[in-house]
Amino acid sequence: MMGSPAEAMKPKTGDLADLPKKLFVKLGILPFLLVIAIIVFAAMSDNFLTVRNLTNVLRQSVYLTIVAMGQMFALLTGGFDLSVGTVVALSSVVGAMVMAGTYAAMPDVVWLAIVLGCLAGIVAGGLVGVCNGVGVAFFNVSPFMMSLGMTSVGFGAALFLTGGVPVYGMPQTFGDVFGFGSLLGIHTPIYGALIIAVVLHVVLYRTPFGRHFYAVGGNIKAARLSGVNTRATLFWTYVISAGMAAVAGMLLAARLDTGEANIGTSMPLQSIAACVIAGVSLRGGVGRLENVILGALFIGLVENGMNLARIESYLQTVVLGLLLIIAVIADQLRLKYVASLKD
Amino acid sequence: MNTNAETGSGVDPRARDPEIPQPADMPPLVETVGLTRDYPGIRALDNVSLDLRAGEVHILFGENGAGKSTLISMLAGANQPTSGEIRFNGRHVALNSVHEARALGISAVFQEFSLIPQMTVAENLFLGAEHTRLGLLRAKEQRAKAQEILSGLDFHIDPDRTVDHLTRAEQQMVEIAKAFRSDLAVLILDEPTASLTNHETDQLFKVIETLKQRRVAILYITHRMAEIREIGDRITVLRDGRHIDTVDAGTTSEDDLVRLMTGRVVGQIFPEITFTPGETVLQVDDLRTGDGGVDGVSLTARRGEIVGIAGLVGSGKSRFGQACFGATDLASGTIAFKGEQVAGASTRAMLDKGMLYLPADRHTDGLMLMRSARENITLAALDAAPIRRSLFLDRKAENTLADGLAERLNLSPRRLERLAEHFSGGNQQKLMLARSLTRDFDLIIFDEPTVGVDVGTRAAIYRFIAELCANGAAIILISSDLPEILHLTNRAYVFYRGRIQAELEGEAITEANVLSHFFEKEAA
Repeated sequence: MMGSPAEAMKPKTGDLADLPKKLFVKLGILPFLLVIAIIVFAAMSDNFLTVRNLTNVLRQSVYLTIVAMGQMFALLTGGFDLSVGTVVALSSVVGAMVMAGTYAAMPDVVWLAIVLGCLAGIVAGGLVGVCNGVGVAFFNVSPFMMSLGMTSVGFGAALFLTGGVPVYGMPQTFGDVFGFGSLLGIHTPIYGALIIAVVLHVVLYRTPFGRHFYAVGGNIKAARLSGVNTRATLFWTYVISAGMAAVAGMLLAARLDTGEANIGTSMPLQSIAACVIAGVSLRGGVGRLENVILGALFIGLVENGMNLARIESYLQTVVLGLLLIIAVIADQLRLKYVASLKD
Repeated sequence: MNTNAETGSGVDPRARDPEIPQPADMPPLVETVGLTRDYPGIRALDNVSLDLRAGEVHILFGENGAGKSTLISMLAGANQPTSGEIRFNGRHVALNSVHEARALGISAVFQEFSLIPQMTVAENLFLGAEHTRLGLLRAKEQRAKAQEILSGLDFHIDPDRTVDHLTRAEQQMVEIAKAFRSDLAVLILDEPTASLTNHETDQLFKVIETLKQRRVAILYITHRMAEIREIGDRITVLRDGRHIDTVDAGTTSEDDLVRLMTGRVVGQIFPEITFTPGETVLQVDDLRTGDGGVDGVSLTARRGEIVGIAGLVGSGKSRFGQACFGATDLASGTIAFKGEQVAGASTRAMLDKGMLYLPADRHTDGLMLMRSARENITLAALDAAPIRRSLFLDRKAENTLADGLAERLNLSPRRLERLAEHFSGGNQQKLMLARSLTRDFDLIIFDEPTVGVDVGTRAAIYRFIAELCANGAAIILISSDLPEILHLTNRAYVFYRGRIQAELEGEAITEANVLSHFFEKEAA
């Protein structure tokens, strides 16, 4: 507790002392973590603060960023989506199989194979979201159970389809364009993430439909009494979340040149961490898209920094888990400060 | 020591009631001195001093929002005063938690139950004070003790039943029984009979009589004159958070009490309304809801009139409002809105047709507390012009609309990006009421529009409702606050157990007429 009478007497110094607290309340924990991470890793490795390395971070974080943007919808409505990892895997497997099959049958029409494969992958992943949406919105299954159950279903399906072996045989062009291609020196997956970010931003902040996600998370009863179709909103929440994960799955398949049932296992934890670190409330109704993107980039940055600093990968998961918990504690602290500062 | 100097011009029953032996120098059991409690933007309790004596039933009387709940929550340790002190047996005590109050023998039964639905009656009775030996629960002993308490009170409830499966009245009895698990010195009851039947009420009064003989002090909140006469010894009247007077229950007339309670010429808060009823907007026939809360209601509402719906808590009046708006499943019956059959339509469809229901509980049903004032005001109007333009939101139009309404309703502070939870209760209510102006509605159903709202805001809300009515909308006003029904409506229905007990019109809407229909016919 600060001496409030003293603050009232000397507003100037009081403001200065309060500044970190006010910034913290306004921006959340993320800017502080970012600054600390950059300082620490820059000190640990000379290569960290180079344009080349930072571009690398950007490229590597694309997949998580896309998944996290979808995860944000689930968190906004007061739920979460644990099945995003499975969706990434399932879409990459189904997409790769369809693409490889079509390509083998008709090697001349490469782009038909690519389009069909991508469609199949995204539809397969999207179906998981449809199941989640139906369960949560229409049968009132808790998002935790619903998406946990679908994780098992999707993972099993992906293993069953592939027999546990990676799927090869996709056309070279697919990887060349969507995995490693670049335009004006910027990698194609980054364009993909950028387009998705712009579209989702417009949807969230420029349409009534987007406002409904905040309303359902803010107070579902009030939303219903105000004419919001809460079931439809919840349904679309999980379709969007899975849809984003499916897109990430296809981009990852292009990058790895294979579809695999085991990719994306870290996605549920990392995407939720990205959102929470970015100030998305686990109680729903609070969070901004641009912060979530920053949150995902932050996680990419930390991973990259730890790699450069030669921290063992097993230890990296420890750090990530700790960061997540710190972010949640910070969120609680922030709520307390918000109450004390009021404005 | 003269306690009356502090409590106002009250009459001391010790002076005239030889049945209560009390040495004059004995301090009152509980005493509050200059008790004050501030909330952001509102002083809920202002310098209240009162005393509570062993073996008396002390009635706390006042309008909604007069500070009764705040006062008892502090006595029960659930809330701490901003200034002033509480004395127990003449000593200053700081009641920092419900536990500390319990340890002194002060127990409160609030309107909101503190029972865990999944647990049994016995487990609930001893929650937080479990009987243990070496850290292990002694369930049998606990059960026997629970049975003993329940039988002692003559409550016929099986201690092994799950609270979930009890009726509301039975839950109320468990809640009361909870106060008896330790030695009781002070019992605080907040409208305990609101959901009890006549028989259960009689039983409760018998318990109270026994307690009085055991020298327990009882602080009793009620709005019912009959109860005051039946069990009250002294009455303390609160108004706008201030102590108005403490009077003797036996010698004070009903009229005096009402004058003390309202303390003002009624015209000051209630606006003059001239009713010009026009075409029928709403015609409901034999409506029943799936849960049985509304059980065969037929009712009409016309443009340019305010139709009141009165009744006790749980009489189905709120449920009826929600049913009209499509927020509750219907079992049977028809709803015609502007000549169109709308039974079974969604809330969204009803909004589009021009009906709005504003819920009673702004926190659980009304507001998104962690979102801004602006988003809360415009929530029901996102899908209509001027805010919606084809697929998109016109955020400029949204700001203009919200700002205009904030100014018109005198929102304070007038900051649209402030979070709803940081506004005072009255201003939160304004955020919700503002929704009725974001679109053109033909029928607006207000459900308890002034709950927990201070008098100034209340007057503003009444003027606002009158204005809507004058502009040609039909208004349905659901209220447990009798003066609202008496002074604002031109027709009123009285609900009892999901049915309409009476329809009153114009001059016939009097306190006596409405009250006589609140209960079963035979009680009238």
